[in-house]
Amino acid sequence: MEQKKGLIQKWFGRKNGRGSAKSVNYMSAKEIRQISRENRRITDEFERVRNRENVPESEYTAVMKDPGNILEIEDLNTWFFTDIGTVKAVDGVTFSVPRGKTVGVVGESGCGKSVTALSIMQLVQRPQGQVVKGELRFATDDLTIDLVRIPTEKMQKIRGNEISMIFQEPMTSLNPVFKVGMQIDEVIALHNEGMKSEEVKARTIEMIKLVGIANAEGVYDMYPHELSGGMRQRAMIAMALACTPKLIIADEPTTALDVTIQAQIMDLLRQLKERINSSIMLITHDLGVIAEMADYVVVMYAGRIVEQGTAAEVFHHPSHPYTVGLMASRPSRIRSAEQLYSIPGSVPNPIDMPNYCYFRDRCNRAFEACNGDYPPTFSISGTHSAACYHYSAVSEVGK
Amino acid sequence: MIDDKRMKEDRFERRPSEVSLTEASLLEVKNLKTYFPISSGLFSKVKGYVKAVDDVSFSIQRGTTMGLVGESGCGKTTIGKTILRLTEITSGSVTFDGIDIHALDRRALRALRPRIQIIFQDPYSSLSPRMPVGEIIGEAVREKRLVAPEKFDDYITGIMKDCGLQEYHKDRYPHEFSGGQRQRICIARALALNPEFIVCDEPVSALDVSIQAQIINLLKALQAKYGLTYLFISHDLSVVEHISDTVGVMYLGNLVEYADKASIFDNPLHPYTMALFSAIPVPDPDVKTNRIILEGSIPSPANPPEGCKFHTRCSYCMEICKLEVPQMQTIGAGHQVACHLYKDGRRIG
Ligand SMILES: Nc1ncnc2c1ncn2[C@@H]1O[C@H](COP(=O)(O)OP(=O)(O)O)[C@@H](O)[C@H]1O
Ligand code: SF4
Ligand code: SF4
Ligand SMILES: [Mg+2]
Repeated sequence: MEQKKGLIQKWFGRKNGRGSAKSVNYMSAKEIRQISRENRRITDEFERVRNRENVPESEYTAVMKDPGNILEIEDLNTWFFTDIGTVKAVDGVTFSVPRGKTVGVVGESGCGKSVTALSIMQLVQRPQGQVVKGELRFATDDLTIDLVRIPTEKMQKIRGNEISMIFQEPMTSLNPVFKVGMQIDEVIALHNEGMKSEEVKARTIEMIKLVGIANAEGVYDMYPHELSGGMRQRAMIAMALACTPKLIIADEPTTALDVTIQAQIMDLLRQLKERINSSIMLITHDLGVIAEMADYVVVMYAGRIVEQGTAAEVFHHPSHPYTVGLMASRPSRIRSAEQLYSIPGSVPNPIDMPNYCYFRDRCNRAFEACNGDYPPTFSISGTHSAACYHYSAVSEVGK
Repeated sequence: MIDDKRMKEDRFERRPSEVSLTEASLLEVKNLKTYFPISSGLFSKVKGYVKAVDDVSFSIQRGTTMGLVGESGCGKTTIGKTILRLTEITSGSVTFDGIDIHALDRRALRALRPRIQIIFQDPYSSLSPRMPVGEIIGEAVREKRLVAPEKFDDYITGIMKDCGLQEYHKDRYPHEFSGGQRQRICIARALALNPEFIVCDEPVSALDVSIQAQIINLLKALQAKYGLTYLFISHDLSVVEHISDTVGVMYLGNLVEYADKASIFDNPLHPYTMALFSAIPVPDPDVKTNRIILEGSIPSPANPPEGCKFHTRCSYCMEICKLEVPQMQTIGAGHQVACHLYKDGRRIG
């Protein structure tokens, strides 16, 4: 019996294994063909809607729930239709970015932080990646638009003009074959029609100086590869900020950098935010960086938000067992215990999510209620909420 | 459970250490210099040198962990590689258990190899994708005939269990594992050779926080069990603080400060160490760190500043700093620092 079970497991893949994705080795070619045909049918339909011409403005305008917000994300669902199944990378995410504030998004790799950001920018890899549901309301000066439904060519005006994104890897946005200065010139010229070329250049130099590059004229004429990692990151930030965006999305902006340079960049972001009064959505897995920068914190796990609140609430009263575990596993001065706390196991298979709390198999506080459906979001205070049955005594958010 | 026989069997006849310098220090690095020549073409003249490691000395006691911190490019990895003699040195010496590593001939070096191992940051690129995990871990053990053939399987299983891997993982391939599990495979591969010393070069930097904690705990448990000695290289100061007994700080090829963990974290003496430590973000929104923001970036190691290499960015810089290279000196109980602010064992600047 034991023997047979072992064999079956070998053939069909480990059901409770630790692998991170269903192994392709165990799917038949026919199965894969079937899935990919079905995927194409679904994504073709999304693409058809997206590629229509002359979409009336009424289809992509919306109304802010709170005029104090610059961005409202409501029930965002971004899925990837892959050959081995559908990955719900972002699965019903709701949060807002208030004007002039910084919202930190934390969670481990693969939890959907980047896909959330890319959805806002309309940069999700299509056609397999699609926003299948939800609204992304963004307040421009004259009207509120839904970034999910706005046509691509209109989005181009918003991207890099009203919303800018800073990536972990600066070469994602810097072009290796053009000089740094020219690339920033281009952004400025694009968003300031009719500006004279000398004016554009002066503005670029000003931006390069602003991000703390001493030799601005020199760097203007350099290629990206001639700069060090930290300098390249600054050049990219200069480019991202060249148009004084209302919203800056920074996805792990300092993860690849050394701490002293990280400190410089954080300092810079803070100053710039003050100066141009924009809002920041800061994505990172570093709790220290979040604590330092963020006014509000969103904690994601396996495509969903498990906890959110003000920075003080989340750091001083972490409520969801995942947040608590995350904080405890960080080595720190105060806790020089011999053994670090470590959350057992790993994230569930994204293609085959359980129908109960996604964190249950790793949770040290699970109880009877957790055998039920995935927990709804319960509010702990006006600003603090957690998706965990331990808070069911308090009221359920929304609905 | 773990096969304790492994320890008792004493398969590895250890030569009595001939000229052990100090009784307890397993590794002794003395005035180590590693320069890499710069030349514009293949046959052209050498134009200069990148002084990757420039006169570094330290020693590590058996059974302890030395943390080595500093920004990328400051020479940490080069030091790690010279200890394994994966890189040749320009001058100075690296003495392991009384043996001058860079004076060995090829045969003697081969014999020494299993005793010193290395674990890298990227656990994926250092694993062969076409080999099953059992083979990856056991390959060198078999090659070097470290265990009898009939004991081989049990031995590898024991090592894998020690590292939190299961026996059925033997037949699987690296791509089927997550980053944390792959790092466990790398650790198992190193441990299988029964080393005394492991260079851990950024072993958790590519991992998520909760997985980092698992690997750090594993490294600590293995150290306690097998009496391992580690050189732990990392740019993550919180991790280094957690795992190390002593800590060395490097800047542009120089060791600028070296002390036991408590002294260096509680009372950093070198201006660069102060700036580096103050840059660590604290996960508490109420704590406002009094941050020292360093201006500019690290100068090129091919053309470092004269005198103290840090003088171009140091807010305490004096005239002498631009002229004279500060020598390592001891302040209090074994706290070493290379800075002109200190003289005759106390601060003068
Ligand atoms: N182009 C893609 N095709 C298929 N799956 C993807 C793609 N991009 C991201 N994913 C999946 O979406 C999930 C969330 O990824 P991501 O947002 O990058 O996480 P994070 O930024 O939090 O590390 C992961 O399971 C990832 O594998
Ligand atoms: S709902 Fe239950 S299993 Fe999920 S996090 Fe809360 S206690 Fe743990
Ligand atoms: S020697 Fe001078 S320049 Fe160097 S760290 Fe000390 S005070 Fe600063
Ligand atoms: Mg990401």
